[in-house]
Amino acid sequence: MTLSTTINGVFFKNPIIAASGTFGFGGEYNELYDVGCLGGISSKGLTLNPKDGNEGVRVYETPSGMMNSVGLQNPGVEAFIRDGIPAMRKLDTVLIANMGGSCIEDYVAGAEMLSKADIDMLELNISCPNVKSGGMAFGLKADVAKEVVTAVRQVCSKPLMVKMSPNAENIVEMALACEEAGADSLSLVNTFQAMAIDIRTRKSVFQNLYAGLSGPAIKPIALRMVHSVCKAVHVPVVGIGGIATATDVLEFLMVGATAVQIGTVNFNNPTAGRDILNDLEQLCQREGIDDLSQIRGIL
Amino acid sequence: MEYFETKVVGQERITDDIFVLKVERRDAVVAAGQFFMLKCWDNELTLMRPISLFKADEHTLYFMYRVIGKGTRRLSILRTGDSIMLLGSLGTGFPVQEVSGKVALVGGGLGIPPLCQTVRELHDLGVETDVFVGYRDTPFALVDFEPYAHAIFVATEKGNEGYRGFVTDLLKPEDYDAVFTCGPEIMMRKVAAICDATNTPCWCSMEHRMACGIGACFGCSIRTPEGMKRVCKDGPVFPAHLLFQK
Repeated sequence: MTLSTTINGVFFKNPIIAASGTFGFGGEYNELYDVGCLGGISSKGLTLNPKDGNEGVRVYETPSGMMNSVGLQNPGVEAFIRDGIPAMRKLDTVLIANMGGSCIEDYVAGAEMLSKADIDMLELNISCPNVKSGGMAFGLKADVAKEVVTAVRQVCSKPLMVKMSPNAENIVEMALACEEAGADSLSLVNTFQAMAIDIRTRKSVFQNLYAGLSGPAIKPIALRMVHSVCKAVHVPVVGIGGIATATDVLEFLMVGATAVQIGTVNFNNPTAGRDILNDLEQLCQREGIDDLSQIRGIL
Repeated sequence: MEYFETKVVGQERITDDIFVLKVERRDAVVAAGQFFMLKCWDNELTLMRPISLFKADEHTLYFMYRVIGKGTRRLSILRTGDSIMLLGSLGTGFPVQEVSGKVALVGGGLGIPPLCQTVRELHDLGVETDVFVGYRDTPFALVDFEPYAHAIFVATEKGNEGYRGFVTDLLKPEDYDAVFTCGPEIMMRKVAAICDATNTPCWCSMEHRMACGIGACFGCSIRTPEGMKRVCKDGPVFPAHLLFQK
């Protein structure tokens, strides 16, 4: 049986990738299990310059999920290249640098630096607010997303994966726009914009009013979106959204995902990466799956 | 730090909503002021719960906690023989190795439990330790401090026992070489201020919502004069000057 897969020429020993923002740069979880067993790790979301992140409550549990408003706290691209990459390189797994930005110029400058660094892939987070045009996220309107992906593509010599927001006006149009702009692959979905109220203070739980919802609660919607996008595009798609079991992994592969990312489940079970991988091997055996290509995109 | 399954060996109800959960220690290495992430559910709840270590014996870990929500309610119905998942020990605790002479521990409410493991470790290191504990009404855990503390000073807001008022009224930092505190932020702020006035080194233990508990998610970051710090990993214990500026 083989669980390995290739995305944009990059070899993944299995389709389980740790999702950005839940896994740091891998070092903390590597103290609990050998994270080299994973197919890949997508780094904590980077920005060109260091960011402190948001004030107030940053994480909040919800039924079958959680909300977060971390606000991309990160050391910046330069520090990542200096300290993060050498540390991640010790982990024997595919190194994906996840990067966002608040304006196109920052995206381009960051991508240019990362492109010259020792990373395997660049995952572009387009869910960030565009501060130069009213704060609306890049990933909501297809023409805006196309603009930033086109600009990054011009400076990016690494495989370019675009991480899509489920808050996009039309997820399929968005996917097609990113593909046309030069994305080598797509990953979806990021968190759903959501809200929670503290009735005692009569205010939003979050200082930024809204926050991102993740976890099993979003899985059925994410699955539907991955299915729709896989039907429409030709580039590989990485499925994300509430994946917590090996069965979930197979579901995403069956709707067409080449690989998956696991995020929130790492908080519920800190050895989830290893555990889901072990379960996946057993599940494939039980289901008579010798190669994941047998079931990929069968729906 | 390990993620492991262990067994509940007891649960004691201390007050209406305060419990002590006792679990098999297995090989857990612990230090004063550290905490564990706990869960006794599969995926019915998303996150594990950070609970500070109350005390550790050779074979047992003790967690004293207040029932405040779904997670702690689930913990409170655990019975002897039930299994529970632990992740820990976690965080940077009180610097017991770095102090000498006389130390004061100042605790308020559910900030008191982590000071129990602390007084035990200081006692083992031969550091003379006075304990100042403040409660709203009824004191708890005093017997856990008695064998290790040089003296115990009790304050209750309602005057049920000891001094009537705030525990901070009792502390004279100039009598000590260091002060460790854990409790409501307003109390720790006061402790930090009076320690600062007498140039007494002071460390405070913070409480925070957490997701990963191991420093990966930045869900518990706080702003300090030395940049953003993760309560779960850089803390929960911090030098007072990082938390409370003059």
